Amino acid sequence: MADFDVPKFREIPIIPKLQEGTMEHSKPYVAKADFQQPLGYPGELLDNWKEVAIDKMGELLGKYRSFQVFLDACVKCGACTDKCHYYLGTTDPKNMPVGRQDLLRKVYRRYFTFAGKYFPKLVGAQDLTEEVLDDWYSYFHQCSQCRRCSVFCPYGIDTAEISMAAREIMDAVGKGQKYCNEIIGKVFKVGNNLGLPQPALEDTLEGIEEDVEEETGVKVRYPLDEKGAEVLLVTPSADFFAEPHVDGLIGYGKVFHEAGISWTLSSHASEAANFGMFIGSYENMKRVSMRIREAALDLGVKRIIFGECGHAWRVAYSFLNTLAGPFDFLDPNYPVPQHICEFTHDLIKQGKLNLDKSRNDDMTLTYHDSCNVARASRMGDTPGGQFTIPRDIIKASCNNFYDMSADTVYDSTYCCGGGGGLLTDDLMELRVKGALPRMEALKKVVDEHGVTHMAAICAICKSQFAKVMPYYGFTLDQIVSVHQLVSNALILTGQKSDDDEDEGDED
Amino acid sequence: MSFVSIAYTALFYAAAIVFLVGVGARIYRYAKTPAPLKIPTTPAPTTTGGVVLRMFREVVFFQSLFRSNKWIWIFGWIFHFSLLLVLLRHIRYFQDQVWLWVTLIQPFGKYAAFGMIIGLLGLWARRILVDRVRYISAPSDHLMLALLIGIGLSGMMMTFVSHTDIVSVKAFFLGMMRFSPQELPTDPALLIHLFLVALLLIVFPISKLLHAPGVFFSPTRNQVDNPREKRHLAPWAAELEK
Repeated sequence: MADFDVPKFREIPIIPKLQEGTMEHSKPYVAKADFQQPLGYPGELLDNWKEVAIDKMGELLGKYRSFQVFLDACVKCGACTDKCHYYLGTTDPKNMPVGRQDLLRKVYRRYFTFAGKYFPKLVGAQDLTEEVLDDWYSYFHQCSQCRRCSVFCPYGIDTAEISMAAREIMDAVGKGQKYCNEIIGKVFKVGNNLGLPQPALEDTLEGIEEDVEEETGVKVRYPLDEKGAEVLLVTPSADFFAEPHVDGLIGYGKVFHEAGISWTLSSHASEAANFGMFIGSYENMKRVSMRIREAALDLGVKRIIFGECGHAWRVAYSFLNTLAGPFDFLDPNYPVPQHICEFTHDLIKQGKLNLDKSRNDDMTLTYHDSCNVARASRMGDTPGGQFTIPRDIIKASCNNFYDMSADTVYDSTYCCGGGGGLLTDDLMELRVKGALPRMEALKKVVDEHGVTHMAAICAICKSQFAKVMPYYGFTLDQIVSVHQLVSNALILTGQKSDDDEDEGDED
Repeated sequence: MSFVSIAYTALFYAAAIVFLVGVGARIYRYAKTPAPLKIPTTPAPTTTGGVVLRMFREVVFFQSLFRSNKWIWIFGWIFHFSLLLVLLRHIRYFQDQVWLWVTLIQPFGKYAAFGMIIGLLGLWARRILVDRVRYISAPSDHLMLALLIGIGLSGMMMTFVSHTDIVSVKAFFLGMMRFSPQELPTDPALLIHLFLVALLLIVFPISKLLHAPGVFFSPTRNQVDNPREKRHLAPWAAELEK
């Protein structure tokens, strides 16, 4: 099945012994000039790349307090060393959070600190060489920026911040990653990650409308570019056709329909994802975010709601106001932006959704907290709403739910293994190995509680799991969208009662 | 004045200046560098009061470390708490009239030295025995532990084995504070102890000891989780909007 060994489930969850260099060969494709230049980066590795890299590092040290403080504050206590899913799955010490940070920290010390300039050997400082750059390219593309390390670090050092800075430095010297940069280019050119043009979107949405009407007998609308709608829905483009994502999109539409609130998608902002974050580029992240502001103004909506997505929700919740605000032209009675889960949750609380849980009785569910939702954002009014709101929705939609082990959920959740700009086929080995801790936790609830499906609210998680679960003896359809469950359970007003409905939902 | 007294007077003035200027400059740099984005590790407090509480739990109880690794936590916490008691006990050498509470903690401060050493040895053992921690350790990480243990042991020598002329030591430091240098006793334990302390002060601003001021500036811990309610904009980011 694979040209590498799929890690075995650990009988006892002991921390694996480190083995140096096991993932040194893992490198994503380098971006060609065509993908570099539209983002404002040099097309190939510059001749004076060392100077440019050091200058860029100096610039970032002055622009990001996180970067400066995190490089100084680490005491090498070792608390983070067993917290990264990529370390647990690969046993490569450069995949320990501190090991990864040190790849950059040793260069920082060499060029920016007294001790590193005059006593490099003593403090482990090192010149920037081609080998170091190679290591950076390899290992800073083995970090999914999931922030699990930052939860456990006594100083809150977040390796995501370090790997974002490293990627920005590599972009600046002309060694960018193809996957991320090509996708950002597509967003600028076409409007979404997948490069789906407006007519294709329209077609897809019409198809969905027909399917839903056929299934329920109710004309649920999935509108595109409709001026004057109340809500602009921004959702990851995978929702338009990938499985199980599209079942989530069907769910959003049904929820809006039942709420009686007009909504629209936008072809200009037909993508919630913002890969500008993955490459640590404030400018590109801002440019991608501005599309949403422009779409909201152009369509004259009153609210912005985001579909099920992880990093997109981080950018939306934590950064959108900064990057593309202020949003004083929207209805001040609602937070900007809102998550579709917040919206659905409110309706459930108000009793506006007629949910028949038994329609999901063919499934026993667990829930995967997506890292960017869990550790980098919030839902609702109180801290931790990002954990309770999706679970409340699942429990309102189905009868059988079991959480995975406490050390693998909430803010201790393990990454799916494919986040942070790594969801590309050229990193398949890394993705499979990085999924190990989550797969182990899933296996446990499967064995103990007969769990059959895992729900998630992140497009990357869903795509990643659909791809890697078969390596671990599961099937690709065992990952479902949260709004797919809502969609299954929701009985629309005027919906025809038909008994063989369940069949359509499963596969 | 003896050569040793002159040398130590100079050493301690220099060390104090390096420490204060060095750490001050570092804190200034942390404070003036903007955090352009809201990046608290969530769930995070939604109010400033909540952040103060979160920080208090981190700095006083090492909450995140407790969740992370009980061994590092127990050794680390014993070391830091003992160090605090030891430092507070030492206030008496810098005051004419010793505060009552400083007198009261004296016995605890004395024995806290053992806590310091136990904590440091535990951390060092991990650094040597645990393959992951060994891998990330540079020579300076070992030397820092050696330095602190050296300070602790030489201090304990004077407390528990062979007393120094503590009255003169106090006169020496009070003299320095009043810019009127005094003689320093010359027993080896004292000279070693003071030399290592001066060294610690000097390396503080150029070493990982910066974690002490650094933790207060960590954006993942000190930011309020309110990005939707309040627009957060760094000066350099505001420039991009023009």
